[in-house]
Amino acid sequence: MNTALKKGWRPILVLLLLFLLWEGIVRFIEAPSWLVPAPSLIFQEAYNGWSQFAPHLLSTTSLSLYGFAIGAAVGLAAAFCLHMLPFVRESVYPLLILSQNVPVIVLAPLLVIWFGFGILPKVIVITLVCFFPITVAALDGFKQTPADLKHYMKMAGATKQQLFWKLELPAALPGIFSGIKISATYSVMGAVISEWVGARMGVGVYMTLASSSFRSDRVFVAIFAIMILSLLFFLLIKLLEKLMVRWKWKEDKAK
Amino acid sequence: MTVLSLTNLSKRFGSNHVLDGLELHIKKSEFVSILGPSGSGKSTLFHMIGGLLTPDEGTIALNEEKINGITGKISYMPQSPSLLPWRSILDNTLLGQELQGKTDESRAKEMLKVAGLGEYLNAYPHELSGGMKQRAAFIRALLSPQELMLLDEPFSALDELTRSDMQQWLLQIWEKHKPTILFVTHNIEEAILLSDRIVILSHRPAKIKEEVIVPFSRPRNEQLPLSEEFIHFRQKLHKLLQEENKQS
Ligand SMILES: Nc1ncnc2c1ncn2[C@@H]1O[C@H](COP(=O)(O)OP(=O)(O)OP(=O)(O)O)[C@@H](O)[C@H]1O
Ligand SMILES: [Mg+2]
Repeated sequence: MNTALKKGWRPILVLLLLFLLWEGIVRFIEAPSWLVPAPSLIFQEAYNGWSQFAPHLLSTTSLSLYGFAIGAAVGLAAAFCLHMLPFVRESVYPLLILSQNVPVIVLAPLLVIWFGFGILPKVIVITLVCFFPITVAALDGFKQTPADLKHYMKMAGATKQQLFWKLELPAALPGIFSGIKISATYSVMGAVISEWVGARMGVGVYMTLASSSFRSDRVFVAIFAIMILSLLFFLLIKLLEKLMVRWKWKEDKAK
Repeated sequence: MTVLSLTNLSKRFGSNHVLDGLELHIKKSEFVSILGPSGSGKSTLFHMIGGLLTPDEGTIALNEEKINGITGKISYMPQSPSLLPWRSILDNTLLGQELQGKTDESRAKEMLKVAGLGEYLNAYPHELSGGMKQRAAFIRALLSPQELMLLDEPFSALDELTRSDMQQWLLQIWEKHKPTILFVTHNIEEAILLSDRIVILSHRPAKIKEEVIVPFSRPRNEQLPLSEEFIHFRQKLHKLLQEENKQS
């Protein structure tokens, strides 16, 4: 934690400077608060309106976590299937890439039409944005297993299953975690987008209401909340990574 | 008793005729080395014995059972240590056993201790020197339940001094456990020092050009390469090998 603090002060300082600059400019040109609220105003609103905002934030957090868990599971399962069945990989992988070209913002309303306003269309949206980075990272990781290790395992008589569980999966773990980190931050974005389209609660709803009533300060509160939430998810995964790929961490440190 | 029998073994890759009618028989507890020009098909031979490639003709038999194309019948030590970086040294040496079934942790610990790796049981491979890694890789192969060990140039990536240490170490450990070993090397001195018998392959398509029994009694030590008989013998092999290399 000490090292995190030592390294962390620089971006925090930059952030503080940015806020100061922002505050200064807004005051200097006397911008109206519905156009560009000053940071001081945003923090004030965050503090005063917390009891109103908190339920929305909580709802989005649990939706993101839920969707992320399912998205990550789908992503890993997809990678596993595609890796174990090369024939399926060749025929399905290009389609997976295409699936990422469908704009989520367009897809979300369609999903609402098909599946109603419940949690299902939201989870589908989050899964769609989450699974891809994990699948790609895992597939690449499985494929890039060091050739000499693979050769040894085969010569020593490893079965296809043993090869996967004892070699390919652990070898791909650092890569998989990079994918998971990206997905974790995407999941918050996915949740907010799905809430825009239709929900009773959530940061997305709060945001839509705020912007339609020109409460820019509240829009910014929502934006900051989303950023902080994404960051927290990211850090959580990073912690998990440190616990699970300790060897890698030690090896890198030794270099 | 014959452990490994290769009869009339041939292999082609397309128009590249690599092995042609190779015959080789290895007895229990025998240490046999293969010397041959680069590209003569030594690794290919190992891949066939290991079951990764199937021969076009001929049979590979282990204790009289045909094992053409069957994996998991031999234990193996490659040129690079190939230890899994996420496993401790102890867990790495258990891997060969793990792939075949039961593991025997106390025996692995014991052997690691004898090999001077007692303090590194829980260390990761990157914390070890090149020679230590190769020792761990050898113990992994030795602990595997299979009777025959294939060693493909295991010391060629080491520096001269470490290499010589490893040879002495291997001599000692061979005296103690008497495993059946088929060993590939480019180093004539190493082959003489370690083996009971040396097989020299001809240039492609490779067959056995010559088989020589090493005339030095065991136990051997680091003094042996300095003796006159050794130097003579080495020169004889060197000539044989040079004739083959000239053709390539
Ligand atoms: N999978 C393969 N497909 C096609 N050709 C191959 C394959 N494996 C080996 N060869 C060819 O077989 C020949 C023998 O190669 P091999 O690696 O067995 O030689 P080697 O004796 O081990 O050489 P070195 O001493 O350099 O290790 C080479 O000409 C090589 O190009
Ligand atoms: Mg070779």
